[in-house]
Amino acid sequence: MSILQLSRVTMKFGGLCAVNELELAVVPGQLYGLIGPNGAGKTTVFNVITGVYTPTSGSIVFEGNPIAGERCGRITRRGIARTFQNIRLFGEMSVLENVKVAFDCRQATTLSTAVLRTPGHREEEARIDRESRDLLKIFKLGDLADERAKNLPYGSQRRLEIARAMATAPRLLLLDEPAAGMNPHESTQLMDLIRWIRDRFGMAILLVEHNMKVVMGICETVHVLDYGSTIAIGPPAQIQRDPKVIEAYLGGA
Amino acid sequence: MRGWLAGAGLLGGLLLLNGLFAGALLPGVAMPPYLLQVLCLAGINITLAVSLNLINGFTGQFSIGHAGFMAIGAYSSAYFTVAFGDRLRAVFGFLPEFGRDSLVLLVALSIGAILASIAGFFVGVPSLRLRGDYLAIVTLGFGEIIRVFILNIDAVGGARGYSGIPKLANFFWIYFFAAATILVVYRIVHSSFGRTLVAIREDEIAAEAMGVHTTRAKVISFVVSSAMAGVAGGLFAHYLMYVHTNSFSFLRSFEIIIMIVIGGLGSISGSVLGAVLFIFLTEGLREFAQYRMVLFSLLLIVLMIVRPQGILGHKEFVTFLTKRRRSIGAAPGTTGTE
Amino acid sequence: MTTFLQQLVNGLSLGSIYALIALGYTMVYGVLRLINFAHGDVYMVGAYVGYFLSRRLRGGGPSFVSALLVMLGSMIACALLGILIERLAYRPVRREARLTLLITAIGVSLFIENVAQLVFGPDPKFFPSLAPRADFIVAGVRLTSEQITVIVVSFLLMLLLRFFIMKTRTGKAMRAVSFSLDAARLMGISTDWIISVTFALGSALAAAAGVLIGMQIPKIDPLMGIMYGLKAFVAAVLGGIGSIPGAVLGGLLIGTSEVMVVGYLSSTYREAIAFAILILVLILRPQGLLGRVHKEKV
Repeated sequence: MSILQLSRVTMKFGGLCAVNELELAVVPGQLYGLIGPNGAGKTTVFNVITGVYTPTSGSIVFEGNPIAGERCGRITRRGIARTFQNIRLFGEMSVLENVKVAFDCRQATTLSTAVLRTPGHREEEARIDRESRDLLKIFKLGDLADERAKNLPYGSQRRLEIARAMATAPRLLLLDEPAAGMNPHESTQLMDLIRWIRDRFGMAILLVEHNMKVVMGICETVHVLDYGSTIAIGPPAQIQRDPKVIEAYLGGA
Repeated sequence: MRGWLAGAGLLGGLLLLNGLFAGALLPGVAMPPYLLQVLCLAGINITLAVSLNLINGFTGQFSIGHAGFMAIGAYSSAYFTVAFGDRLRAVFGFLPEFGRDSLVLLVALSIGAILASIAGFFVGVPSLRLRGDYLAIVTLGFGEIIRVFILNIDAVGGARGYSGIPKLANFFWIYFFAAATILVVYRIVHSSFGRTLVAIREDEIAAEAMGVHTTRAKVISFVVSSAMAGVAGGLFAHYLMYVHTNSFSFLRSFEIIIMIVIGGLGSISGSVLGAVLFIFLTEGLREFAQYRMVLFSLLLIVLMIVRPQGILGHKEFVTFLTKRRRSIGAAPGTTGTE
Repeated sequence: MTTFLQQLVNGLSLGSIYALIALGYTMVYGVLRLINFAHGDVYMVGAYVGYFLSRRLRGGGPSFVSALLVMLGSMIACALLGILIERLAYRPVRREARLTLLITAIGVSLFIENVAQLVFGPDPKFFPSLAPRADFIVAGVRLTSEQITVIVVSFLLMLLLRFFIMKTRTGKAMRAVSFSLDAARLMGISTDWIISVTFALGSALAAAAGVLIGMQIPKIDPLMGIMYGLKAFVAAVLGGIGSIPGAVLGGLLIGTSEVMVVGYLSSTYREAIAFAILILVLILRPQGLLGRVHKEKV
C-alpha cells in the first residue's frame, strides 16, 4: 500500500521530454532514493509531485488521492513537504520565523483575529512559538533562533530548510540534494539525521542526491533515472552492480 | 489595559491639538491656516503611505495604482455626503452639531472604504497572479482606467471636478485615521498573517511550498490596503471640499511610492517619516518655485544611488531606540513578544 | 467603408509613432529589465531639438533635405542624451532591486520634464513646416503628406533597426545581452558598451518620432512625453516586452484601436482604451502577443 504512486508520469517542456512515463511508488516510512546523472530529470520529478509543474500526462496519487495538477500550496497542506536544491530560505526573516511560517498553514487565525488580538490569537501565537522552538532544538538550531536566515553558515541553512519543511507536519518528505556542498563529516551527520527523522516521525522520505555514500548508506530502495526514464530500481547493493547504471554514470566503452 | 490607556491618551491628545489649532481653545492662539493644511495633508499622506507599504514593502508586490483606490474613496464618500448628508443629519437631529458632522463623515468614509476595497478585490484577483514588473504595469493601468471612468461621470462633476463637499474632515479625524491605519498595519504585520506576507515577499515559491495560501494572502492584503486608501481619499475630499480626477493620476501613485521608498520599504515608521518628509519637502521647496521639482527629482535620483533602502530600510524607529539586539535587520515579523 | 479605411490610415500613422517609441522601451527592457520611464521624455526632447534645428534652417524654406537634416540632428542629440542618462542615472543602480530602478527612472523622467519646462517654457511651441505639404485622395481616403512621411520614415527606420539587430555583430551582441547579461559578459561581450548602444538606438528612434509628430501635429509642449510615452509603453507590453517585432505590432495595434475608439465610440475614452487593452493582454496572455514565456527555474 503505497503512500505515493506515480503512474506513467510524463513531463514535456515544449519539445524536450524531461520525464518519460515514470512509474514510482513509495510506501509509508520508506527511505527512497532517486539518483541519476545531471539532467536526468530528478528535480523535475520533485517539481511535478509538489505541484510546481503540472505533468503533461500520467497520474500522481498521494494517500489514495489524485494530486496531479493541484496547486503547490494545496499539495503541501495534504502532507507533502520539500526542500530545494538551491536553498530557498526566507532570507530576511529570522530562523524562528522561517519555521513559524511553515506552521502557519495549519492555523486557524484569520486577519480579523490578528488585528483584534483576540485571546485565541494570542494563545495560538504562543503555541506556535513553543512548537517552533522545540523543532529548532531538535535540529540543533535553537541558539540561532533570532539570527537572520541569510546569515547562517551553509550547513545550518540546509538543516533549517529541513526543519522548516518538517514544520508543515508532512507524511512524505522530499529532500532535494540535502548533502550538496557538505564535507564527509557533515554528510555523515546528515545521514544520521535523516534516519532519525524517519524513525522518530514515521514519515516516508524521498531523496534526490548525488552523494553516493549518503544514498547507498540510508536508502532502502534506489531508483535510477537517465534522460527522464527509469533504468533501474532496487536495493543499493543491486544498483551498484547494475551494468546499465554504471554505463549511465561513467559512459560506455 | 496599557493599550487602552495609551489609546485614550492619544485620542485625548488629538482632540486637544485639534481644538488648539482651530483656535477654539485658547483665544488668539491658532495655527496659521496654511500650516494647518500642510499638517493635515501630511496626515492623509501617512495613511496612504502606510497602507501602500503593506503591499509594496511587506508583501513585496509592486503596485502603482494606489491613487485609483484613493479616487474611489474620495468620490464615493463625497457623493454620499452631498446627496444624502442632509437627510442623515435630519434623522439624527438630536445630536450636537459636531456629532452630526462626525456621523456623516464616518458613514461617508465607510462607504468610501467599502467601495475601494471592492475595487481592490477586482483589481487584485487578476493582477496578483502576475510577477514584478507586470503587476506594476497592470496596477498602473487599472489606476488610470478608474480615473478616466470617474472623469466621465457627470453626477460627480466630470471634467469640472466635484465641488461643494462640506468640510467635515479636520485635524482630529485625519490623524485619528492615520493612527488607526498605523495600528492596524502594525498588528497585521506582527502576526502570523504578517509572517506569511513577508514570506511571500522573500520567496513566493518557497512560501507556497510551505503551505501558504499565497494568492489569498496577497489579495487580502491588497483589499485591506485599498480600503485604507479609500479612507484617505474620503478624508482628502472632505478636507479640501473639492476634488478633480487630476489629483488621482499615476503621478499621485508615484508620489506615494516615493514616500515609502524614502522612508524605507518594510518599515512602518519609515512610511510615516517618508510621508511627512515628502510633504514638507514639496512645500518647503515651494519657495524655489520652478526649481522645486527639478531639485526634488534630482534628490530622488541621488537617494536611489546613495541609499536605495531608504532612511530606515527594514527597521523601525523602535529598533534604534531600544539597544537590544531584538530583531535587528529582520523583517518586521513577530519575535514572539507581541 | 471609406470612414473605416480613413480611420485605418490615421491609426497606422499614429501607430507608427507609438511603434518607434515602443522600440526604445522594448530594447532597454530586453537588456536591462528596466522600464525606462524617462523614455517618453526623450521623445519630447527630440521634438524640441527638432523644433530648434528647424528654426535654424528656416532660410531655405521647406524642403526634404532640411527635414532630413533636422531629423538626423535630433536623432544624434537624443542618442547622446540616452547614453548620458544611462551612464549617470541607471548604471550606478543597475544591480539594485527592481523598485529602486523604477524610482530612479521616475526621478529622471520628472527631472527632464521639469528642466524642459524651465528651459523651454511651459507654453506649447509650434513646429514650423519642414517638408512641402500636399494632400492625396486615394479611394475616398485622405492622406496627408505628413502621414505618408510618418509611415514611410517609420517603416524605413524599423527596417534599418531590424537589419542592424539581425545582421551586424553589435546587433547580435545586443540579442545575447538580452538573453543573459552575465552570460554575455562571460563570453567577452562588453556589456556596458552594448547597453549604451541600446539606449542610443532607442533614444534616436524616439527622437525621430518626436520630429515626425512635430511635423504632423505642430504643437509641442514639455509634458507631451507623458501620455505618448505611457501608451507606447503599453504597446511594447502588448507586443511582448523585449520583442522588437512585438513593439512594432503593438504600436500599430494601439494606434489603430485608439483612433477607432475615438472615431466610433467617444473621445472621452481615448486615454482609457490603451490601458484596457493592456489589462486584457496581461491577464490573458502576460507575455504579450509575440513575447516569450519566462519560466522560473525551481
